[in-house]
Amino acid sequence: MARRGNPEINAGSMADIAFLLLIFFLVTTTMNVDSGISKKLSEKPPKDYVPPIIKKKNIFEVNINRNNELLVEGERMEVKDLKDAAVKFIDNGGGEGKVDGGVATGPCTYCKGEKSESSSDHPNKAIISVQSDRGTEYGVYIQVQNELLKAYRELRNRLCKERYGITFTELEKNYKDNKSDEALKKKVEDIKKAYPQIISDAEPTS
Amino acid sequence: MSKFKKQKKEMPAMNTASLPDIVFMLLFFFMVTTTMRETTLQIDAPRLPTATEIKKLEHKSLVTTIYVGKAKDKKYGGSYNRIQLNDKIATSDDVPAFIINARTKVSEAEVPFMTTSLKADKEANVGTIMDIRMKLRDVNALKLSYSVNKGAN
Repeated sequence: MARRGNPEINAGSMADIAFLLLIFFLVTTTMNVDSGISKKLSEKPPKDYVPPIIKKKNIFEVNINRNNELLVEGERMEVKDLKDAAVKFIDNGGGEGKVDGGVATGPCTYCKGEKSESSSDHPNKAIISVQSDRGTEYGVYIQVQNELLKAYRELRNRLCKERYGITFTELEKNYKDNKSDEALKKKVEDIKKAYPQIISDAEPTS
Repeated sequence: MSKFKKQKKEMPAMNTASLPDIVFMLLFFFMVTTTMRETTLQIDAPRLPTATEIKKLEHKSLVTTIYVGKAKDKKYGGSYNRIQLNDKIATSDDVPAFIINARTKVSEAEVPFMTTSLKADKEANVGTIMDIRMKLRDVNALKLSYSVNKGAN
């Protein structure tokens, strides 16, 4: 008998098997990017900390009760109207800005608000205080936070367009793509300083 | 003349021997990049609220996730305020230990950049969220992100 060498193993189906596995991993891979509303918590105050006295007119009070109803500055309001009310409050610019490192910022030159006596002095003094009930739904709470952030976004975009010709959203994106650009960084910080986000969460009522 | 005619052959079959290699390469790429969910959810997958003003979370290794929602196990009742840390249903008192444990996994220099991602159901109560926030503040985990779905403008 003629002795033949071992026949080669047919590797033709190898590709099929590998493809099968490949498709399985392709399908199960989720490239989800986690995203959310970011919030910087304040540090725990020391025991003997006395909160500074803030003028009532510089505080924009938002209350959410346990039935998810909104009370803004003592009046009932719908969530959809909150943004405009907040914009009006922040952009009022009725007085002098806060003293920052010994330098008074003076009156708000870029504000387009009503300059009313009874509303906020300056965007860097305007505080938005959100007080919710322990029983408030989290979804509503997030909606409110979102509307307030929208108000800041709108004001920042407007100012940025005036100063640099592009919206703040684009400016931030440009800066993110090119972190080492000092000029961009300066611009971003300039806008952020002009309209700082001051949203405070008051202790919830129970 | 006949010399040339001889060369008129059929086209040879394409060599597919390297095809498995290519496919395996792709396969390994996907196997390596795929991250399976590390924790099994003990609560019903939270229905996240929707918002537009969102920021992407970067550096996944620095993110610790806290889930809030309705427990799958009936013994915890039907409320949407159950907190899940790692694989267990816990209370807000366990949050500091959870955060400190998470900190041991990253280098010290990166600790200030750690972010807590809160995946809470939209029907959860603000009280629960506030309790968690207080505990986070106690252990100085100050970067918080409320996980939401991106909504249309």
